[in-house]
Amino acid sequence: MEMPFNELSYWMGMEEARLMGVKCKECGAIYLPPRPFCVQCYKDALEWKEFKGDGKLVAFTSIFVVPKSMAEQGYGRDNPYIVGVVELNEGVRIVGRIEGVDTKRPETIKIGMPLKADFPKVMEAGVSKAYLAFRPA
Amino acid sequence: MSRTPKLGRGVCLVGGAMSKFGMFKGLDYKDLFAQAFLEMLDSVDNGLNPKDIEALYLGNFSSDFFLKQSHLGPVLTDLLGIVPRPAARLEGACASSALAFRAGVQAVASGMYDIVLVGGLEEMSKRSTEEVTEGLAMASSPYEWKTGFTFPGIFATIATAYFERYKASADDLFAVTLKSHENAKLNPKAQFGVTIKELMAQRAEKAKAKSQPVPSWEDERAFLSDPKVNPEIAWPLRLFDCSPISDGACCLLLVAEEIAKGFSDTPVHVAGLGQGSGYPLYLKEDLTQFEATKQAAKEAYAMSGLGPKDIQIAEVHDCFSIAEVIHTEDLGFFAPGEGIKAANEGLTRRGGPKPINTSGGLKCKGHPVGATGVAQVLEIWLQLRGRAGERQVPIDDLRVGAAHNLGGTGGTCTLTILQKKS
Repeated sequence: MEMPFNELSYWMGMEEARLMGVKCKECGAIYLPPRPFCVQCYKDALEWKEFKGDGKLVAFTSIFVVPKSMAEQGYGRDNPYIVGVVELNEGVRIVGRIEGVDTKRPETIKIGMPLKADFPKVMEAGVSKAYLAFRPA
Repeated sequence: MSRTPKLGRGVCLVGGAMSKFGMFKGLDYKDLFAQAFLEMLDSVDNGLNPKDIEALYLGNFSSDFFLKQSHLGPVLTDLLGIVPRPAARLEGACASSALAFRAGVQAVASGMYDIVLVGGLEEMSKRSTEEVTEGLAMASSPYEWKTGFTFPGIFATIATAYFERYKASADDLFAVTLKSHENAKLNPKAQFGVTIKELMAQRAEKAKAKSQPVPSWEDERAFLSDPKVNPEIAWPLRLFDCSPISDGACCLLLVAEEIAKGFSDTPVHVAGLGQGSGYPLYLKEDLTQFEATKQAAKEAYAMSGLGPKDIQIAEVHDCFSIAEVIHTEDLGFFAPGEGIKAANEGLTRRGGPKPINTSGGLKCKGHPVGATGVAQVLEIWLQLRGRAGERQVPIDDLRVGAAHNLGGTGGTCTLTILQKKS
């Protein structure tokens, strides 16, 4: 994979249902999302690292007042969506949508619950686009 | 490696004023800045010739995408009649005008200028809530807003982490909301100068006028627990946990210490100035604190030689009720996890030992994002000079106050410490 270690590649990875970060070959530090150089040892020696996508919920919210782009996808007061912070088993955290839970009863969702990554697709301005979501494992 | 930051020479605040904050159909940002500017001129004890202003530093976040207007500097120097004086706009999301204030202080402290105007403005209310929600989300990291995080959503996420760790709930935040309304009631410039009790009466009155069933609530907490009046915005945060969409402007006059007495009988010194940057949510080791605030506080405390115990009053960035609680901990006023208890014990009320957000805060004074940072400093200046009217804090020998401003997910935070020395 000769993709640059950057945000564009992160989102392109989603399209192939892969959660792609980087690992520093010099000091072993791992990063998700990818970044262009290691901010631990500052050596320019990165390689791709695929994350398995298993983790647990750290914090979350159910969004009832939505931005325009999400309103266009049918979300709103009567159809909220959930986003959260997930800690992966590899030890890094990432943000994603949380699906397969009761968005209207967020009090039933438990911090610490095990989750697994999923890569659903949505139509955005006529183009199919994958995004990162997590579902109860 | 780390040396104590310091100013090259003393800088004093000798004037300041804000427009009324609110949603204004017939007024734009220039009108609001004009209001603030004219009142600022009146606030300078010994007067100011506007032509003596040497430079303008302006904070603004959203004019490019909400108003399709960038390059605000010369628009403002023209408005104020001070062309060809230099002007620059600074952007740091909701901390934009704290950055303008900082740039102004640095310009005077360096000796480059003696008389500098700093200001902030924002015009938001003519856009739909969905557009504003989308626009403000741009101040988060690209991975956050592209995931669907909104600003209320970010702080709601932080709230779930705080509640989990410290065994608290959203109802514990009512104390913060009640206090904000109580203080704003005494601030004629506030967007919501009304107590929750008065809002309850207004609702009942309205229903009666429309011959609808008249709602009644046992008390203010019951009102805030009613989803009809206080719906979810981003669970667990509800409408009354959130600052509003606002228009507004504010400006302050900074001068070199050696000429300050020529302008003001009681000049107020910029004693400490701090700023920090912070991580997006997914890189934070601890979601219940803001590392940018801690850095800003470290710098400002070191520069001033003062500590959290010396701060007699503070304005903190309560874009959401949970944020106020966390800031009072990060600034060292209360231990981690104790901020929410302090609010519930009334310690942060106007008559309490540590008055927080006597202006009504962002929640009730309003939050025209680019004007907020300087408006917070203005409140401290007014209080230190005993000019805060009905909301003047009952503290004898009030000398030290602080203003804390936050931008983004806590990506930019500042702390300004003001001190009355004479």
